[in-house]
Amino acid sequence: MSGEPAAGAFAELLEFDAERALEEITSWLRRTIAHTLRRKGVVVGVSGGVDSSVVAALGARALGAEHVLAVLSPEADSAPETLELSRLAVAASGIRAVEEDLTPVLDALGCYRRRDEIVSEIVPGYTSEWKMKIVLPPILAGTRLRLFTLVARSPSGEEVTQRLPADAYRALVAAMNFKQRARKTLEYYHADRLGYAVAGTPNRLEYDQGFFVKNGDGSADAKPIAHLYKTQVYRLADVLGLPEQIRARVPTTDTYSLSQTQEEFYFSVPLRTLDLCLFARDRGLGAGDVAAVSGLSAEDVERVFADIDAKRRAAAYLHAPPLLVEPA
Amino acid sequence: MNDQDSTREATLRSFFAENFPLGGDASAVGRDDSLLEAGIIDSTGVLELIGFVETTYDIVVPDEDLLPENFDSIANVLRYLERRLPE
Repeated sequence: MSGEPAAGAFAELLEFDAERALEEITSWLRRTIAHTLRRKGVVVGVSGGVDSSVVAALGARALGAEHVLAVLSPEADSAPETLELSRLAVAASGIRAVEEDLTPVLDALGCYRRRDEIVSEIVPGYTSEWKMKIVLPPILAGTRLRLFTLVARSPSGEEVTQRLPADAYRALVAAMNFKQRARKTLEYYHADRLGYAVAGTPNRLEYDQGFFVKNGDGSADAKPIAHLYKTQVYRLADVLGLPEQIRARVPTTDTYSLSQTQEEFYFSVPLRTLDLCLFARDRGLGAGDVAAVSGLSAEDVERVFADIDAKRRAAAYLHAPPLLVEPA
Repeated sequence: MNDQDSTREATLRSFFAENFPLGGDASAVGRDDSLLEAGIIDSTGVLELIGFVETTYDIVVPDEDLLPENFDSIANVLRYLERRLPE
């Protein structure tokens, strides 16, 4: 297949009309917040990443800056630049903000203690002074089965890499999920006291592939960018005039004490590549179509397709609402 | 298939029935079914399967053996165990 027709098939993704999307989303937000949900404004958890910064700016455009409250909730493991970039996003949109230190809440829940207990069983000599993260090998690096690996770094810089047993992996993720759930509790506290709704910040990759914590960052009253691929969110950020530092930040989980990109923890392929593959999966395009515009081999694209399908199966539980008995 | 294979297959089927959402029906897994493609195991499930094989048969699975042709079906796991375990 030649590159030209394949590129045409991706026009909606690659030639995204951000100005038009901006109008559509702001109009939708006005209707949804005021009329459907009958709320006076929105609360947005702002992390200093491009997604939450775009949602905050969209809220300000749609409802007026005075009807948007940003909740900034850094904790002990947050990256040093998180708070600074979050404040930058707040200033760029002219919205109000509250800063909530999440560390004491997480301490009380035993988030850090539980993590340290698990890691110290796996890494000899590990103490709470060490830093750690979980990584998943890239999809495109080979055909091996990809297992979650723990990376721990001592204060002196010694790095230990260890394959994670399933129980330890689950327990670590469960402990870290306190962070997203505690944040959401604070967002709803502020939403309740102000009569606001909570705006969620997932993009389409995160929403579709299940990169969120159920009843944590997956919880919201409205999700204004969950239909947009990551490259489209960046285009919106351009149109909204968000600061370069925010647009240039590498997407991170900002959850583990060692710096960790979303790619190495979850998506396992560059986000632009995943955009193309997910778009193709959504539109029934083939591996050859993606290969023609991405530089990947069709075989590699098939492996990304298989991973997309597997993540969708896993995400079904995350998306499921509470199930009710249906009387016969 | 010899007796040893039958015993190992029964052990594996029991593991799948207890740990993965098959409704407890271990026969639902075909011998050659791709466990990943059929959605029987996910990325965490692979961790569980490797851990089960290592614990049950007292072996260490090195990174270079982490291949679908060794672990993506019951038949593949049986062949892998046959290679790794003494007669």
